[in-house]
Parts: sequence; structure tokens; C-alpha cells
Amino acid sequence: MDFALIWQSLPLLLKGALLSMQLVIVSGLFGLAIALPLALGRLSSNPLIRAFPYAYIFFFRGTPLLVQLFLIYYGLGQFEAVRESFLWPVLRQPYWCAVLTMGLHTGGYIAEILRGAIQAVPIGEIEATRSLGMSRATAFRRIVLPRAARIGLPAYGNEVILMLKGSALASTITLLELTGMARTIIAKTYTPVEIFFAAGAIYLAISFVMVQLFRLLERRWNRHLVRS
Amino acid sequence: MIDLHGFGHQLLLGTWMTIRLAFAALALGLALGLAGALAKSSGAKALRWVGEVYSTIFRGVPELVVVLLIYFGSTGVLTAISGWFGGGYIELHPFVAGTLALGICFGAYATEIFRGALLTIPKGQMEAGQALGLGRRRIFSRIVLPQLWRIALPGLGNLFMVLMKDTALVSVIGLEEVMRKAQVATGVAKAPFTFYLAAALIYLCITVVAMTVLQLLERRAYRGIRRSHA
Repeated sequence: MDFALIWQSLPLLLKGALLSMQLVIVSGLFGLAIALPLALGRLSSNPLIRAFPYAYIFFFRGTPLLVQLFLIYYGLGQFEAVRESFLWPVLRQPYWCAVLTMGLHTGGYIAEILRGAIQAVPIGEIEATRSLGMSRATAFRRIVLPRAARIGLPAYGNEVILMLKGSALASTITLLELTGMARTIIAKTYTPVEIFFAAGAIYLAISFVMVQLFRLLERRWNRHLVRS
Repeated sequence: MIDLHGFGHQLLLGTWMTIRLAFAALALGLALGLAGALAKSSGAKALRWVGEVYSTIFRGVPELVVVLLIYFGSTGVLTAISGWFGGGYIELHPFVAGTLALGICFGAYATEIFRGALLTIPKGQMEAGQALGLGRRRIFSRIVLPQLWRIALPGLGNLFMVLMKDTALVSVIGLEEVMRKAQVATGVAKAPFTFYLAAALIYLCITVVAMTVLQLLERRAYRGIRRSHA
């Protein structure tokens, strides 16, 4: 194991790690934004409204992230209409394709987490809002959603770690995030063991920090549940 | 089968490869997971540590990195070993590298599932086994293992779904599975959306079939057991 080489490549790898984290955060915010309407649609009593989120979640959870990434990055260019639309300057860039795909993908998973969490809010608390005369919208905003966020937080933390690992796939569409950077260095030095080892260690470090952050957040949000 | 510019047959061949890869990795992963869980709940501190390190590392590192590390990293190591015996350059076949990588990652998650399942088996049952004069191995194979399977099955089913989708990563090292076939077809027919969508639909079909089979397995594993309907 050539540690001098690992030390030398560290600045480049860390630069890649920064892009990895950026991908996770930007796509994560995008995923959260689309997850809420999806989860609400999935809970609707109208089967027509339920159908779309159901199909969406089924597709994005049932197919590999790699396929979705290639569908968007390579696939969309097949259509004349897409190439001539105003969106093409954005959809042509690997970075935005990766953000879009990861966001759509994680959105499907978060929607399911959120749905489960909303359904897990104790019925008595919802009845209590009724008896206090809250409207359904107010009750949702003030009681149901904050409760659901706390219930779903641990599962959401897992999902973020999975997305960190999924971000490695962005290297297949030429992005130089941590894995892409590692592959570029290896192409020059031909030392796969050392560099992938270093990259793996950085991934572990990032996920460790994320797990700790979520644990802190959980302790803060759920402090009313802690029995002393 | 739909023709797909003449590549329909190729995609089917790729599907067969994907299924074979998934099952090979599943077999390896189940073995590793069981070994990992036993190591983690063992009395020996060193073994517990090995299990802990294994499940922590391979749950935290992206599957793609593991696939690439095993495929490209093994060449140097294997060639060096064969050099000692006067051999030449050795390269792992992508199928072998893919099976190893996905199996190892599956095993790391399966370790946690098996460990959780082990904890749910009442200690009294093992003591009862001892009282009946059964050996440790007998207790494990006759009392613990049959129940472990039932308790771990739902979790393992979820892992299998993830594994099935992760097989797509092995296309990166050139194994001719569905994704790789779709890529090759795209190069010729210049219709990427069509082929990747076809690949996506194939994965969806496999998922649906796997889900159905898992439900049947679960129903079988739970026969004779009263379940609460939460």
C-alpha cells in the first residue's frame, strides 16, 4: 500500500467529495420538495389522484438508479422536441442530469417514508385537532406534518446515506465527484487498490458525520419523547 | 417479443445474465451475512470486532466503488500471486468480480438482519436444546436456523430487491447483462431512450415477479404461526 500516493491524491479526492456532497444536498432538497405532494396524492381517497403517485413511486423504486440516470442523460436527447426546447441547455449538462435523476429517485423513496409517517400519527391526536375546531389544512400544517417529520426522521436519515452511495453513479456520466475523481486518478497512476481504498474511507467518513448529524437532530426533535 | 431494432433477443440474453448474477450474489451474500451475524453475536471479542468492521465498512461504501475495487484491484493482487508460482497476468471475469462485490455488500446488510433475528429467538429454547442433550451445532441447525429464516425473510426480501437493481452496476465493468446490452444496442441503433426504457421495464418485471415469489415464501414460512394483524 503506497500511502505517499494516497496523501498526494488527497486534495483531488476531497474536491471530488465536495461535489458528491453538493449532489446529495441539492438533489435531496429537490426530492423533499416533490415528495410531499406525492405522499399526499398517495393518501388521497380519490383513486384517480392516487394512481399517478402510485405509478411514479413504483417506477422509481422498481428500477435501478443507473437506468434512470442513463434514461435522462442519454435518453432525452433522442427526442427532437427536447433538444429544441428551452430546457436543453440544462438537460445537456451531466451535473443537472445527475441532480434531476437523483432528486426524482429519492423523491419516490421519501414519499413512501412520509406516507408511512403520516399514517403513523396517532389517530387520537388528529381527533383532538377536530374537537378543537381546527380546519383540516391547519391541523395538517400544525400537527400532522410536524409529527410525521419526527416519526419519519430515522428512515429519512437512512435514505440520505443511500443517496450518498448512489451519488457514486454520477461518475458514469463523466461527473468528477469522489468516485469519478478516483477513477481519473487511477487512469493516470494505475493504482486502483490505494485510490479506491482512500475514496472508500472518505465515503465512510462522510456517512459517519451524516449519521451523527441525524442522531443530533433526532435527539433535538424528539426530546419530548425522552424519558428520564 | 418486441423486435427493438433486432436487439430484443440480446436484451433477453442480458436478462438471463442479470438473473444469474443476482442469484450467485444472493448465495454468497446469505452465507456471508449468516457468518457475519454469528461473528457479531459470538463470545469471542476478536470475532465480534471482525463482524462489526465488516458490516460497517460495506454498508458505508458505495456498491459501485466496491465493484470497481474488486474488479480492478484484484488484477494486481492475483497477478502478483501467480507470479510467485511462475504464472502470468490474471484478470477476474466480470461475472466473478460482480458476484463477489454484490455478495459482499449484500452480506454486510444481511449481517444486521440476521443479527436482529438471532436476538428475537428466546434463550430458553437454546437452553431447552441443551437440556435435551443436543450439541451446539444441532441446536443451531434444528432450532435456531428454521426460525431465523422466518424472522429474517421480510428483511432479506427487501435486500434482494436492492441487490437485483445493483446488478446494473456490473455493466460498468463490462458484464453483458441487461444494462450493458442496452448500451451496446444504443451504440448501433441510436435510440437510447427506447433501449433504456426497455431495460427499465425488464427490471420492473423482475421486481414484480420477485415480490410475488417473496410473498409466497413468506406465507410458507409463516404456516402454522399465528400472526397479529397490525
